[in-house]
Amino acid sequence: MSSRNKILARWDSLWVIRGELSRRTYLLFALFGMLVPLAAWWGLSVSGWMDKVFMPGPMEVVSRAYTWFMDDELSHDIWISTYRVMAGFALSAVLAIPIGLMIGTYRPVQAMLEPLTDFIRYMPAVAFIPLVMLWVGIDESSKIAIIFIGTFFQMVLMVAEDVRRVPITQIEAAQTMGASRGEIVSLVIVPSAKPALLDTLRVTMGWAWTYLVVAELVAANSGLGYSILRAQRFMQTDKIFAGIILIGLIGLTIDQLFRWLHRRNFPWMYKK
Amino acid sequence: MTIKISIQAAHKTFGSGDKAIVALQEVNLEIGSNEFVTFVGASGCGKSTLLRCIGGLETLSSGSIKVDGVDINGPGVDRAMVFQHYSLYPWLTVTENIKFSRKLRAGREDLTSSDVEAASGRADALINLMGLNHVRDAYPNQLSGGMQQRVAIARALLPRPQILLMDEPFGALDAQTREVMHDMILHVSKLEKTTIVFVTHDVEEAIYLGQRVVVMAPRPGRVDSIYQVELPEERNQDMKLDPGFLQQKKAILTRIRETAGMHTDYELLERMTQQAAQQNDMQ
Repeated sequence: MSSRNKILARWDSLWVIRGELSRRTYLLFALFGMLVPLAAWWGLSVSGWMDKVFMPGPMEVVSRAYTWFMDDELSHDIWISTYRVMAGFALSAVLAIPIGLMIGTYRPVQAMLEPLTDFIRYMPAVAFIPLVMLWVGIDESSKIAIIFIGTFFQMVLMVAEDVRRVPITQIEAAQTMGASRGEIVSLVIVPSAKPALLDTLRVTMGWAWTYLVVAELVAANSGLGYSILRAQRFMQTDKIFAGIILIGLIGLTIDQLFRWLHRRNFPWMYKK
Repeated sequence: MTIKISIQAAHKTFGSGDKAIVALQEVNLEIGSNEFVTFVGASGCGKSTLLRCIGGLETLSSGSIKVDGVDINGPGVDRAMVFQHYSLYPWLTVTENIKFSRKLRAGREDLTSSDVEAASGRADALINLMGLNHVRDAYPNQLSGGMQQRVAIARALLPRPQILLMDEPFGALDAQTREVMHDMILHVSKLEKTTIVFVTHDVEEAIYLGQRVVVMAPRPGRVDSIYQVELPEERNQDMKLDPGFLQQKKAILTRIRETAGMHTDYELLERMTQQAAQQNDMQ
């Protein structure tokens, strides 16, 4: 076989449906996927086809992030936004996990709460802003409330689904060993659903960050979302870019943290 | 023979009105202490439903199931159950799975410290009996299907149940693993003196393991006939080729076919062959 054919055969083997990829090749493709848009962005900004005002280059964005950090309280903005997201998210989780657990375990609770939750989750969180301002006021708690409204209802339904996916034979096995209802919930359903629950938290954490900008529409005077909105008023597109990318990076970091927690807490899922 | 389980006029209906399905109709049966009874039958005959009723996971629509003369009321530690699969707890190691029932309140009432020690020794004994020593700290998903079922059986046996209910426990295993499991469960039944009720769709398995084979029939689910197995008490794999064994296997398979109302349509196959031949000719 000629070397050309060999390369073709190897290239072809990458495209097997649901095929395997070595870690090195995987990272190579991932890097490629990251670099292409970055290069396109840079190319577009230096080409001069687009006005710098609308399309700042990567270097302008980096230098803007630097001055934001040095002169303009970037670290405070990051801190306050992270605090708001975390507080709203934590409040959601603390309430959604027990409620979802009850919905997924007991039919009457499901009948009482699931249709209602399904109904409310289609109401746009943004539309609640006027109400939240009237009820909660315009201080920190209103921003937290918006993030809570955006994540809570989805989270309840996802937790309920995680709980329902616990195999019935796991539950029945416990019943035949004499487990009480409380023991089935605490010793079977909860530990069995835990890995899925952590995944649900990871996914909903992403949504909580997407509601940040909306939340900081409400009479905020600091935060990443607020800074993005204010930068628009002053045509600081480089700052908008910097803000969006920072939120993305924080999100990515938290996502990786969740994945690490998953591997650490559920080693039995990763042993083969 | 003392009677362990007594089933009287058992009826079970699922659903209501036009959609009602009679899963069990007028089932009367007595199972002796330390007896090994196997249930076979076409799908929908109610064999699994009956087992689940004995286990207390389903309740009868009417009739009664008594254990030692007392009506059962829901699941109980005297009746352990082994399922076909997915019943192990994947987050617990093999040893932790086997000891699971000891975490429950039902197994802890008035326990003295010597009882706890005995239970710990019991777990070790079962791990040895099932040949699980080398995987005692492994997680279930690291084990083969056969090994997983050994863990499930050990877990069920830990609280010394008087009755072991098995719902197609080896149905998902390959033929060789099954043979090993058959001899293992026969050994266990003799050693532990447990009454075993075993549901399967494999007639050979039913005869090899059972002292009696109960054939059930579908629509409505009912007991059709009962076969006394004429094999010596001590079984070995070679017996599966004995003329007597094969004869009984044939008799039971024929009976199941008759009750199933399902059979190979040779006429249809013949027609299909002819049509295919004609098409080939035309080309």
